[in-house]
Amino acid sequence: MAIDMAQFHQVFFEESFEGLDAMESGLLNMDIGDVDAEDINTIFRAAHSIKGGSGTFGFTAVSDFTHVMETLLDEMRDGRRKVTQPAVDVLLGSVDCLRDMLQSIRDGGQVDQSVVSAHKLALDSELRNSANGANGSSALEPLPSVSPITPADDGAELEICGWSIAFSPHLNLLKTGNEPVRMLRELAGLGELTTTVDLQGVPSLYDLDPEECHLSWKLHVAGNISAAEIDEIFDWVEDDCDLAKQPIYKTEMPLQALQSEGTLSANDVNTSAAPVNKPTEENVAGAEIQPQDAKAPKKEEAKAAGKGSSSIRVDTGKIDTLINMVGELVITQSMLSLLGEHFEMNKLDQLKNGLSQLERHTRELQESVMNIRMLPISFVFSRFPRLAHDISTKLGKKIELKLVGENTEVDKTVVELLSDPLVHLVRNSLDHGIEMPEVRIAAGKPETGTVTLEAYHRGGNIVIEVSDDGKGLDKDKLRAKAIEKGLIDADAVLSEKQTYELIFMPGFSTAEKLTDISGRGVGMDVVRRNIQALGGDIEILSELGKGSTISIHLPLTLAILDGQSIAVGDETYILPLGSIIESLHVKEERINRVVGKGETFLLRGQYLPIIRIHEIFNVPGAKTTKLTEGLIVVVEGQGVRCGLFVDDLLGQQQVVIKSLEANYRRVEGISGATILGDGSVALILDIPGLVRLSSQ
Amino acid sequence: MATILAVDDSASMRQMVAFTLKGAGFSVVEAVDGVDALNKAKAQVFDCVVTDVNMPNKDGIELIRELRALPNYKFTPMLMLTTEAGADKKQQGKDAGATGWIVKPFNPDQLLKTIKKVMG
Amino acid sequence: MTDEAVTINPEQGETAKSQENQLQFLSFSLGREEYGVDILRVQEIRSWEPVSRIPNVPSYEKGVVNLRGAIVPIIDLRERFQLGHSQYTALTVVVVLQVRIEERTRIMGVVVDSVSDVINIDRKNIQTAPDFGAKVSTQFITGLAAVGGRMVMLLDVDKLLSLDGVSDEYDSSNK
Repeated sequence: MAIDMAQFHQVFFEESFEGLDAMESGLLNMDIGDVDAEDINTIFRAAHSIKGGSGTFGFTAVSDFTHVMETLLDEMRDGRRKVTQPAVDVLLGSVDCLRDMLQSIRDGGQVDQSVVSAHKLALDSELRNSANGANGSSALEPLPSVSPITPADDGAELEICGWSIAFSPHLNLLKTGNEPVRMLRELAGLGELTTTVDLQGVPSLYDLDPEECHLSWKLHVAGNISAAEIDEIFDWVEDDCDLAKQPIYKTEMPLQALQSEGTLSANDVNTSAAPVNKPTEENVAGAEIQPQDAKAPKKEEAKAAGKGSSSIRVDTGKIDTLINMVGELVITQSMLSLLGEHFEMNKLDQLKNGLSQLERHTRELQESVMNIRMLPISFVFSRFPRLAHDISTKLGKKIELKLVGENTEVDKTVVELLSDPLVHLVRNSLDHGIEMPEVRIAAGKPETGTVTLEAYHRGGNIVIEVSDDGKGLDKDKLRAKAIEKGLIDADAVLSEKQTYELIFMPGFSTAEKLTDISGRGVGMDVVRRNIQALGGDIEILSELGKGSTISIHLPLTLAILDGQSIAVGDETYILPLGSIIESLHVKEERINRVVGKGETFLLRGQYLPIIRIHEIFNVPGAKTTKLTEGLIVVVEGQGVRCGLFVDDLLGQQQVVIKSLEANYRRVEGISGATILGDGSVALILDIPGLVRLSSQ
Repeated sequence: MATILAVDDSASMRQMVAFTLKGAGFSVVEAVDGVDALNKAKAQVFDCVVTDVNMPNKDGIELIRELRALPNYKFTPMLMLTTEAGADKKQQGKDAGATGWIVKPFNPDQLLKTIKKVMG
Repeated sequence: MTDEAVTINPEQGETAKSQENQLQFLSFSLGREEYGVDILRVQEIRSWEPVSRIPNVPSYEKGVVNLRGAIVPIIDLRERFQLGHSQYTALTVVVVLQVRIEERTRIMGVVVDSVSDVINIDRKNIQTAPDFGAKVSTQFITGLAAVGGRMVMLLDVDKLLSLDGVSDEYDSSNK
């Protein structure tokens, strides 16, 4: 039966990565002094599953590697080996290594053998560390994927022409679900079988327990059959029966046969013993290699290649809700079509009811479908304990990482795209934010610094905050640096907020020197660009000596938007509702025209620039060009406030965002398009883009 | 049609086992751990049980022990999926009442061959 | 049944052979000129419907329409080829084409005066386009063919519709 095993690979990879994550967090949370057996068991199980799966699906390198980890974990689980920090570190390194291996296999890349063997050596040497563990050498046997040489198989000159077998099942054999008849049938499959049943053991009917097996057999099977083939049949019952088998040779040399069997098995012992000793010495010698150092460079590449088909795990509860809703929808639909068949005006109310029901169901259905794409943010957060562990160890800092609101749900796409920017921000906090312990003590702060990662919903947005109680940003330094780099003029007047935002400018980096932890050539400007590409926004707050907080605001989902329709001339545009602060009619005396710098108006003491949509978009047929006659919509996007001059506000509605770029191209000032109720297309305005357009 | 209960906490292994058995004409019910399996085995009688050993909540050996104690499963073939390394597991399994075992890694053909050993 | 199969097969072989050299084009007119596009690229033909204008783009990019949920741009070929403006009427036709730009298929509509015919042209009857020196830039034209005494200009759909910035803008916005 040919089965394409590749169809299970995707699932295997997914669950393996999940397993690795579980192992990692288990290892990180392990309290060395007081280890919970169930924790180790969980880690062990993950390793065990990966080993089993990889062996089955043909990834032998992975299963060999996992085998060693499993052995180590097994000993820890049984209490034969103490859990030590070095051992945990080696295991953590192995988890990384395994993740890399699986990623490269999935993406068809190359596994760096030197890295793998370095990790394996570290594991082996940990295993052999018998001072704190059991005799670990047993684990170093190669995986017995090749079946051992069966001695009697080798009867080259002594051709076997059959076997005589005495098979006496114990009374309880049936109770293991085994069945002598099936064994006899299998024997018959090997060669011609003659059976003689021995009924002597059968008690009288009165004493007979039908659940016990009282029969025994004398069997003779003909043919050149190996001992292994016979053994295989009785393999499962060897403890539940008396079995004696005797080969029958063509030429009668039973004695010699026995002897040769004896020597062969001795050989067998030797050959299998050899590999046990040999690698031992190599391993001890190689144990000093630090796997952590060896693996660093390869990681980025593997990640870049990691784009395949994607799938999503959905809570069955969510699916059930969906099914219920579809059920209701179908009922409403049939109700409506029944109504339509014999419609009379007196049924108008019924029709209206039906339609409003339909509307409600559709809306609910839409919400539930969108809900399927929602994943808890813990998918992103879960990698940070490890990051914090590694970085604090490396830098000699004491850091506590707090995760808050891990169950906050966000769109899958957001989860995926948020990962890299967040890593950058957390790294920054760990590396540049938190001070060294002695500096902290001198500043009268607790020795251990705290980095908090928090997620929560606010309105239609998700907010993610990375805050630390570290040294904070120094405004004067920031300013001096920006001037030095030529990013701002020496006499530029900047608000506090604007000063902090300097760090988002391209070519700005506050660290005196780049470290290998945060300085990977990706600046905060890239982080901000990534967040903005998701339709979000990033802000920074800081207090010198007290710490910094960076907040990311993102729309909950990238596919649906709460929109406000606006009319300009003959055209309709959509504004994201979240960006609108207010709309107002402006009085002539509040308008200020600056030659060459456009128009502004005064709103609560602040001059805001006015952007005339009809002008920058060349909209024909604008109702009015007089500012006092139209409407000013005050909007904010990425920290910029301005007033959009439009004809009128229309309705508010949820719109499905469609890409303009799929078939067309990006247009400045437009973030996408949507389809209105009448089937026509409306463009969605992009506020930062509008500001750029108007300043041109 | 004979019905087999396939128990494994690893989705890929479970799918592989189920797919292979279904392809050979068996009807297959999947369970994700021992607890799930026990519930399913009580709700419906199976002709054979194939279970992984290492599982959360209830492992394969405990599952076999509890199943074997049920009147409906006194003689039912129960196979464990085990690794070569677990020689003592085999013994534990046997003591709990397992019929036999399939050694991991195995391929679909080996699985079917073993199943046919106890079925039909 | 079997007899028929035997007799039909060789014929089919022959048709297939001659089809190798036969190309099918959809021909349409723009003013007095006649153009052709590879029929395999034509997704559908629709009548003109109002578009949503896109601001600050060349005037031949008329706007976008909703084509079964996809946002599809509409290009006016007359304007693209500087053949003057035309009034859109209910008879104005939009040919929806599949365009391959940088390994991605895009759907775009082109406005033409009217669709004429589906024409078969033998590969060897296609001449290379001479340099007109005027109106239509020859970079869009793969060849010329005479059909029933008329000259048909065969268009390279991919080149014609790789509008300025379409490909690179898309890529950069996706990074």
